[in-house]
Amino acid sequence: MNTPMTVSSTAPAEESPFRRLLMQFAENRLALVGLALLLLLAVPAILAPWIAPQNPYDIGSLDILDSQMPPGSMGEMTGITYWLGTDSQARDVLSAVLFGMRTSLLVAFVSVSASLLIGATVGLCAAYFGGWLDALLMRIVDIQLSFPAILVALIMLSILGQGLDKVIVALIVVQWAYFARTARGTALVERNREYILAARCLSLGWRRIIFRHLLPNCLPPLIVIATIDLAHAIALEATLSFLGVGVPVTQPSLGMLIANGFEFMLSGHYWISVFPGIALALAIIGINLVGDHLRDVLNPRNAQ
Amino acid sequence: MNFVKTRLAASAALILLGALPLSAADLKVGVKSEPSSLDPQFHVLVPNMQVTFAMFDPLVMMDSKLVPQPALAESWKATSDTIWEFVLRKDAKFSDGSPLTADDVVFTLNRIPKVPNSPTAFTLFTRQIAKVEAVDAHTVRITTKQPYPLLITDLANLPIMSTTAASGSAPEGKTTVELNRGEGLVGTGPFKFVSWQKGADLVLERNPNYWGKPVEWDKVIYRPMTNPAARAAALLSGDIDMMEDPPTTDLEQFKTNSKLSVAEAPGTRIVYIALDQKGEPSPGIPGQGKNPLMDKRVREALSLAIDRKAIAERVMGGVAVAAGDLLPQSMFGAVKARQAAPASDTAKAKALLAEAGYPNGFQITLGTPNGRYVNDVRVAQTIAAMWTRAGVKAEVAAAAPPVFFKSRDNFEYSAYLAAWGNSTGEMSTTLRSLVGTRDPSKGSGTSNGGRYSNPELDALLEKASATMDDKARAELLQKADEMVLSDYGIIPVHFEVPVWALRKGLTYAARADQYTLPQDVTSAK
Amino acid sequence: MPVFIINRLLQAIGVILVMSVLVFVGLYLIGDPTSMLVSPEATEIERQALRKALGLDQSIWIQYLTFLGNAAHGDFGRSFLTGQPALQLIVERMPATVELVVVAMTFALVVGVPLGILAGLRPKAPSSKAIMTGSILGFSLPNFWIGLMLIMLFAVYLGVLPASARGETVNIGGVALSIFTLDGWQHLALPALTLGMAKAALIIRVTRAATREVLPMDYIKFARAKGLRPSRILKVHLLKNILIPIVTVAGLEFGQAIAFAVVTESVFSWPGMGKLLIDSIITLDRPVVVAYLIMMVFFLVILNLVIDILYIAIDPSAGEKVRD
Repeated sequence: MNTPMTVSSTAPAEESPFRRLLMQFAENRLALVGLALLLLLAVPAILAPWIAPQNPYDIGSLDILDSQMPPGSMGEMTGITYWLGTDSQARDVLSAVLFGMRTSLLVAFVSVSASLLIGATVGLCAAYFGGWLDALLMRIVDIQLSFPAILVALIMLSILGQGLDKVIVALIVVQWAYFARTARGTALVERNREYILAARCLSLGWRRIIFRHLLPNCLPPLIVIATIDLAHAIALEATLSFLGVGVPVTQPSLGMLIANGFEFMLSGHYWISVFPGIALALAIIGINLVGDHLRDVLNPRNAQ
Repeated sequence: MNFVKTRLAASAALILLGALPLSAADLKVGVKSEPSSLDPQFHVLVPNMQVTFAMFDPLVMMDSKLVPQPALAESWKATSDTIWEFVLRKDAKFSDGSPLTADDVVFTLNRIPKVPNSPTAFTLFTRQIAKVEAVDAHTVRITTKQPYPLLITDLANLPIMSTTAASGSAPEGKTTVELNRGEGLVGTGPFKFVSWQKGADLVLERNPNYWGKPVEWDKVIYRPMTNPAARAAALLSGDIDMMEDPPTTDLEQFKTNSKLSVAEAPGTRIVYIALDQKGEPSPGIPGQGKNPLMDKRVREALSLAIDRKAIAERVMGGVAVAAGDLLPQSMFGAVKARQAAPASDTAKAKALLAEAGYPNGFQITLGTPNGRYVNDVRVAQTIAAMWTRAGVKAEVAAAAPPVFFKSRDNFEYSAYLAAWGNSTGEMSTTLRSLVGTRDPSKGSGTSNGGRYSNPELDALLEKASATMDDKARAELLQKADEMVLSDYGIIPVHFEVPVWALRKGLTYAARADQYTLPQDVTSAK
Repeated sequence: MPVFIINRLLQAIGVILVMSVLVFVGLYLIGDPTSMLVSPEATEIERQALRKALGLDQSIWIQYLTFLGNAAHGDFGRSFLTGQPALQLIVERMPATVELVVVAMTFALVVGVPLGILAGLRPKAPSSKAIMTGSILGFSLPNFWIGLMLIMLFAVYLGVLPASARGETVNIGGVALSIFTLDGWQHLALPALTLGMAKAALIIRVTRAATREVLPMDYIKFARAKGLRPSRILKVHLLKNILIPIVTVAGLEFGQAIAFAVVTESVFSWPGMGKLLIDSIITLDRPVVVAYLIMMVFFLVILNLVIDILYIAIDPSAGEKVRD
């Protein structure tokens, strides 16, 4: 995994950073492609329970006689056309991909949002209060970052056991430190700006200063990291599921679908593994294209 | 799909043309896992045993169908109910050239309890042995603590070591660590040790002093490859000559592939479902005041709902035999009438459930380990789907093996899927462990997580264990077996069929105990 | 400097203590290792005997204190599964992992740095855009997926490279290495490529960013104005100045790669220590897991130290930053 770059300063406060972001975003074709790709995958995934031909988690609706059918075949018992074929459990691959994408995205969004929240709070507090609190928090962050994410997640999951919630907890643990470090870096600069000094002079409460004044102005770099981290979270979850410590087998994510389907590749039943693989790859590429551009836009040194 | 298949076939042909084995007399075997040790008395575990039996011989060796055959002992007889005499072969020599004597047998059997830190000690096979003596250079006398008909099958698990080579300063002689390095690893088997790099290749070579039928291979390499798809890819690309357990999904293609051959053995490992019959209520069945599984009709319904043939064909890729009994027919104590697996009958299952007072069924959680048995989770999911269609809404709780065993031992499952490998070829061990009343002091019911308990059955088993006459014992065991099956105390699903895939031109005398023995691999010429 | 090193080491000891407690308690909570080890035919008495032999009959805290006491003397316990000293098991497997990672990182640097400079020098050129888009693919696709696809392509369809295991090794100074045999390289190719691809993508991005940052600097402009040959500017002025970020990232990634080898090793049945960790976690072989993690922490701490020292060697003014 790469280390998201720390962005050290942000746009001046007068112009809304989000507006500027939108304007610049529209100029880059590659980023637009990424965004389109992402929407194309995310929207059907979110709507999966309503639009998927089959609910792959409802084992009562599966008939083993329909297993491992090639793409385009029609189920004898269910009457469904399996556009992407079926897997060994007679799950419609298209439905499984949609639901799997949903699981993958859910894990990624929840874990990244929570990491962002925790990381930003820690980072801002460290920067605002400084002193021993800063030293302590940053030491913890350092230690956390010196551990390879995969190892921490692996150990945590083997201890916590399987489950969607546990995967999310493990991913939060490995991701929050990035946000904390970035938030602190940005906040250290913002802290000395006039509007914060003014707020301090008005002797507003520290909670109010941190969350109402400091946070909004530190947000852009955090959003950049969050976007790229989404892709990491999806890939990391897939890897953990591949290693057998991820989501439960009865509710497969994309990573688990790929892992389970791989042994069918040699027998020519390529569709069981390849379609989830393509979906995963497209999702990650889409997020990265968007994130990459966001980084270019929001990094003032590159924007010049 | 056709495109992929053609490409695959074409490239497979290319591979085999380009990668003929370097030396015709080398055999590379892709095994599922490596032995935990080379000490023949450290760990009772298939990967260990199969490596051991390539280098060592026991007194009595099970053949591929688990029938005991003379090995180092050319004959034996019971002189009384508790005393046995074994006559050793006079032509057997160790790989260092020294002859086999009765003292080696005494040394071997006495070393077993002294091996420290053994995860599963070989005392499992010596607990009934009271005394071992050398009568003369080629006669051994073994005294058992009580009349014990299974002594022969126990001895088949005990390879004979060399006194001179394996003696040492430690109480057990050569220690496990020394044996792992190959020191003192001297046996009478067809191969001898060359080198072992942990996690990678274990290399053996032909034993020039072997007493038995000469073997074909100059060199044998065991290569651990945990991932089944990786093993299959390695076989297809000519990396290895033989693999254990090809993925069931690939078998169809392997069987039709002209470059490969497949060897199957009769299956002895029974995959079964245990049902919680301790009392009420049961933890995995919410919303029911009492435990529905206490009703025999419910258990019968659950058994009827399972389409065993579909599972064996579709989920197991044909390498399973739908089971109606706990042991295959060829084995001691199986019931003839139970040979055919019961046909599934969802309508009758629903009727039985209604009769038992559950017209709307109930909810149940089916526990299964993930990755312990062949396709375990897939089988469990399929069974859950079948139960759901019969009205019992089943959910699968799959867990990593250690977690699964912990939950099972804490009785957290109302129903769970597991498997039992029988190494004795006899019904008594299976029944004792799976459905005998749990009794730690007697060692019965060790794997009876459903806590089925039937005093009548226990009495039958007790009686059979002390019956030396084979015919009488078989009758007792059949009676006990029928008792459990007609009570639906445990639900057999299928027998796993051990499978190997080899490159074309090789054949393997496939073994029911799943051991991969290089001496039994021959080229077809 | 010495204070800073001692500080780091103290920190490492703290981390190890916290981590070993967590792993101990964690693995204790998962389940009973004997249930994985013992034959299902064993009686309760035999199970108890095993528990006693492995020290598992004691309370978890006594087990932990015993472990600490022994660890202080350099004894990290014996593997439950094999009965061998845990440390020895790991050390035996280490050469395979280190070899894999070194080859992968070398590949990443050899491919990544030139491509990164190229993309940085001419950011608008189509070739640069292609490099950057390619690099997105490289580091965003999951490692295991790349590995599986490579196996399908090179081992199964084309049949030109072996799909798994390590090749023939040569014993050099007591260490078995496979990079000195052809067979070894054939086996090394796919796993190293899998691991190296993501790293190469990252190095490309870092190099490009650094190049673009350095290019507008006065000394480059000055050198150009002096009429120095472009190749000399590249070699002397540019390369020297982009080295710091590259060394930093490459160093950090080396540590990550050692850990990430877990995935690659399990895809390719590579007999390294990552594979050992996975297997040990599955069988609850606690002594091996704990010993592995302790080795890892020590390794990472030393690695970070080395990076910081290199940092100072390349750019003395960075010394202040490091100590921050």
